[in-house]
Amino acid sequence: EAMKIYVCVKHVPDSAANIIIKERNKFDESVKYVINPYDEIAVEEALRVRERDGDSEVIAVTLGKQGAINTLRIALAMGANRGILIETNERPDSMVTARALKAAIEQDGRPDIIFTGKESIDSEGMQTMYRLANALGMPAANNVVTFSVTGGQVTVECEIEAGARQVVEMGLPCLVGAGKGLNNPRYIKIPDVMKAKRKHVNQVDLDSLDFDKPSGSLEILELQPALEKRQCHILKGQPEEVVQKLVKLIREEGKVF
Amino acid sequence: MKKIGILVEVKDGEIKTANYGVITAAHGDDHELYAFVLDGRGDAYKDELQEYGVQKVVDIYEEDGEIPWNPEIWARAVIHTMKHFVINTLFGLTSAQGRDLLPRIASSLDSPLVMDCINVNVADHTVRKSQFSGKVLATIRLSGHSYIYGIRPNTVEPEPAPCEAEVIPYNVSLSTGKMLIKEIRQPESAGIDLTEAEVIISGGRAMARAENFRVLHECAEVIGAAVGASRAAVDSGYAPHDMQVGQTGKTVSPKLYIACGISGSIQHFAGMKTSGVIVAINTDPDAPIFEKCDYGIVDDLYEIVPLLTRQLKQALGN
Ligand SMILES: Cc1cc2nc3c(=O)[nH]c(=O)nc-3n(C[C@H](O)[C@H](O)[C@H](O)COP(=O)(O)OP(=O)(O)OC[C@H]3O[C@@H](n4cnc5c(N)ncnc54)[C@H](O)[C@@H]3O)c2cc1C
Ligand SMILES: Nc1ncnc2c1ncn2[C@@H]1O[C@H](COP(=O)(O)O)[C@@H](O)[C@H]1O
Repeated sequence: EAMKIYVCVKHVPDSAANIIIKERNKFDESVKYVINPYDEIAVEEALRVRERDGDSEVIAVTLGKQGAINTLRIALAMGANRGILIETNERPDSMVTARALKAAIEQDGRPDIIFTGKESIDSEGMQTMYRLANALGMPAANNVVTFSVTGGQVTVECEIEAGARQVVEMGLPCLVGAGKGLNNPRYIKIPDVMKAKRKHVNQVDLDSLDFDKPSGSLEILELQPALEKRQCHILKGQPEEVVQKLVKLIREEGKVF
Repeated sequence: MKKIGILVEVKDGEIKTANYGVITAAHGDDHELYAFVLDGRGDAYKDELQEYGVQKVVDIYEEDGEIPWNPEIWARAVIHTMKHFVINTLFGLTSAQGRDLLPRIASSLDSPLVMDCINVNVADHTVRKSQFSGKVLATIRLSGHSYIYGIRPNTVEPEPAPCEAEVIPYNVSLSTGKMLIKEIRQPESAGIDLTEAEVIISGGRAMARAENFRVLHECAEVIGAAVGASRAAVDSGYAPHDMQVGQTGKTVSPKLYIACGISGSIQHFAGMKTSGVIVAINTDPDAPIFEKCDYGIVDDLYEIVPLLTRQLKQALGN
């Protein structure tokens, strides 16, 4: 039967962007932004579920500045039905973000499945999905690499250590955090971009959402460029010699054996 | 005394070595360290844990014995334990298991959490961690009624701080959760986990085919290393995606990282730049990796790596 599938997508600086720090704890935001790569995988999986069952609705949700609408547009161009932008000029921590996502989703409808990414590549928080699921009283599985849903039952495989996988079963509603191997997201074609422009985006102000203040917070005190302090020494000589030098060096400096 | 809980990770009946750095990170003159062990064998780990300064080993179990693995239920067991012993600060590893437990614990407690910390100051609740794919080092302050820290494996050097520990059995009763762990599927060849390995040897596009990874595996076996791959190697089908190191793969921090036939893209570095010593083996003297590593060898990996394997065997006397 028809499901409501929400996908949380974050607008993040491109991994190749040069991050220039300013005012001690901020950065120059005039860089290229992209949809968080794991969230793109999450959108793809949501679309595949809809394509299998026909009537489900896929709603992309983002919290961010006005510019985050571009990430919603990517999700819409990929095929999401509509979007929700929770607008704010701040960069809230994950405790606030999860509460806001919950409030906006609940205001919109009753989720059957929520897809997220396994982590965001800018703040690398690794927690928003668990907080969101907990707030909604849903089970959550993260770093999911295979997904299926039949008869109200979700079965996923989560990648755990050293290539092992845990097979998890959960009922609906539930939250699924997409990992890298889950799928290969589709490419967007020009007509899709045009179509996406006509899809509906509901813009809500973060301050207009009703939720309890978290009992804690994270505050970024300072950002510093991670300096590359390494000075490369090229080891020269015949292969035998070079390897001899290397073995000696890794013994002394690597302290691994 | 400030009580600090440490979630200890155990594998196949042994404490993972990465835990000792976590204990060292939590250590402090006026700290009382409580190690939480969930496999019902707390006694067995006492000697190793007290060597690093753990004063209390809390052996958490259920009436029927060991608590079967289920992240939801384990998270609840840890929360019960923290409440029982009135502990508001928890340390753990940002490993696969830690990633699935610490955020669950933090969300239930509505507690701030920072994962992948490379440094923690317990007194003023500040941490340092990398952000933006490793390009930025952030200093973050946690505020709240409790604090949870996930430490990036191998980033804190373990320091012995011997003391005499006490083992405290703690019986929890837990209801069932909303999710069911049906099965754990092991890969065909169970290797060492990349995120916790002390040595990693990785191959890039230059591996040219899956079978050639054998050259790296042979070397890895000698020194107990894990084998990684670049995205180019994964996308070309030479290695499974769970071996990928980088921004869209694993973030690793071994003491020694050996990159073979890898050019050194920003995205690859995002996943391994906090390694101790980085060694590059590449035929191209102008490869960008030579600007960002400690030692470089400009030569064919298929010549160098087998030599390395042989010499390492000799050096280790086998
Ligand atoms: C959004 C995004 C995310 C990405 N995420 C990742 C990621 O997580 N991980 C990742 O690795 N990449 C990632 N990439 C891809 C990254 O940009 C590079 O394309 C990739 O890392 C290149 O892999 P490589 O170094 O193996 O291949 P190449 O760049 O092709 O380098 C191969 C190297 O091998 C050398 N070589 C050839 N033959 C030999 C030989 N016989 N012996 C020794 N050396 C030899 C060559 O000189 C060359 O330097 C990402 C890219 C994007 C856009
Ligand atoms: N501002 C945001 N807007 C929408 N989704 C978000 C936002 N922040 C985090 N998420 C979701 O939560 C996941 C984990 O984020 P994080 O906890 O930052 O690693 C991401 O992959 C997103 O799916």
